[in-house]
Amino acid sequence: MPMRKVMKANEAAAWAAKLAKPKVIAAFPITPSTLVPEKISEFVADGELDAEFIKVESEHSAISACVGASAAGVRTFTATASQGLALMHEILFIAAGMRLPIVIAVGNRSLSAPINIWNDWQDSISERDTGWMQFYAENNQEALDLILIAYKVAEDERVLLPAMVGFDAFILTHTVEPVEIPDQELVDEFLGEYEPKHAYLDPARPITQGTLAFPAHYMEARYTLWEANENAKKVIDEVFAEFEKKFGRKYQKIEEYRTEDAEIIFVTMGSLAGTVKEYVDHLREKGIKAGAAKLTVYRPFPIEEVRALAKKAKVLALLEKNVTFSVGGALFQDFSRALINESEKPVIVDFILGLGGRDVTFKDLDEALAIAQKALNGEEFDEVNWIGLRKEIL
Amino acid sequence: MAESPFKADIERVQKEYSEKMTPGAIATIPGSSVINKTGSWRVFMPEFYKDKCVRCYLCYIYCPEPAIYLDEENYPVFDYDYCKGCGICANECPTDAIIMVRETK
Repeated sequence: MPMRKVMKANEAAAWAAKLAKPKVIAAFPITPSTLVPEKISEFVADGELDAEFIKVESEHSAISACVGASAAGVRTFTATASQGLALMHEILFIAAGMRLPIVIAVGNRSLSAPINIWNDWQDSISERDTGWMQFYAENNQEALDLILIAYKVAEDERVLLPAMVGFDAFILTHTVEPVEIPDQELVDEFLGEYEPKHAYLDPARPITQGTLAFPAHYMEARYTLWEANENAKKVIDEVFAEFEKKFGRKYQKIEEYRTEDAEIIFVTMGSLAGTVKEYVDHLREKGIKAGAAKLTVYRPFPIEEVRALAKKAKVLALLEKNVTFSVGGALFQDFSRALINESEKPVIVDFILGLGGRDVTFKDLDEALAIAQKALNGEEFDEVNWIGLRKEIL
Repeated sequence: MAESPFKADIERVQKEYSEKMTPGAIATIPGSSVINKTGSWRVFMPEFYKDKCVRCYLCYIYCPEPAIYLDEENYPVFDYDYCKGCGICANECPTDAIIMVRETK
């Protein structure tokens, strides 16, 4: 029987790691994801998880140890956030380039300066071009499930890409919710024993990994990474379907909420989706045709699904907790790319909000709605809007 | 010029690398360095004067690449595909049979 426990997303991530049975976990503590390695070290110390727990001296070493272990042919796991993820930056490229199916739990937190430990998505969004797959969890249950899903997709022969699963700092990492922990046997059936597919160290079959590539080969190597990301789109759908069959919880790359006959669709990721769904209910009661959509998968970017979503709305309001300077948010770029050559496309309005852990309230969303309605009525509007900004102190 | 002793290796590696790329660009066979022709970054090249050579083999022993072979009569032969122009051979040569000259292309 699946067990129901009340826990924080950090603990849920640790439980997911335990269920996936990685052989090597390397970690360095960083707020807000410290509890993940703490909990895993308990599992290892108690003999509940048969794994090597490596206490390293920085995040750079943590991911390096994971790359080494994964190249040697075992399942690996680590957790980090913010500056820690930024410190991993160069090794993230190496992990993706070497096609090692490592999974990281990221407690999405803002980046310095000024130092801020609270939630936004700037850390993982900044790593969107590393070739890693990115999943974003709305609640603690999703944090657990998506890590299992990430392993399954990452280790697929057609994909072989590392993946990161983001869950919002404090909003999820330190908030307790009931989480259903699936049976170990079911997870074993779902994930299977990890068998490295192409690259692993074996004295009988010596290979060189992470080699030098001359100009004659580098571009092709990067293209195979691009191809793997394209393949991942299909594989993710398959794995979502299989997960639903086994565990009964449904996942989609873009989860839609009350989008039928919607004029304005709010698009967001992570825990903010919960607030937005509530807000959409509130708007529907007032007779405003609004809907919500949540991106569960951000990389590979679900272009087809975005185009399908765009057909349903007149205005797409993107709510983002990240900034790409002088452009807007990262989603704004991606949505523009997906829709630029479509003959009929909705107006896209970008909203930057909730940076550094600022609460996003209905009042903020009202502010966003007002601008989205201007766009809907064909009035003049700003493409990029900072919501909830305290203009009086500027 | 004497044939490179690496000829078979070079052909094997070139064949391997012309085949399909492995995921993660892993090298499944050893020996890739023989196709990296280090002569391409040379600035100075050794010029050999056979009449001065006493066949002491010091150049052959000291060449770090090793890009010097011996022909049938035990005279040194320079493999300019791999000679990086370090000048050690010229420095070691007791009879000045090897002089470094600026390479022109």
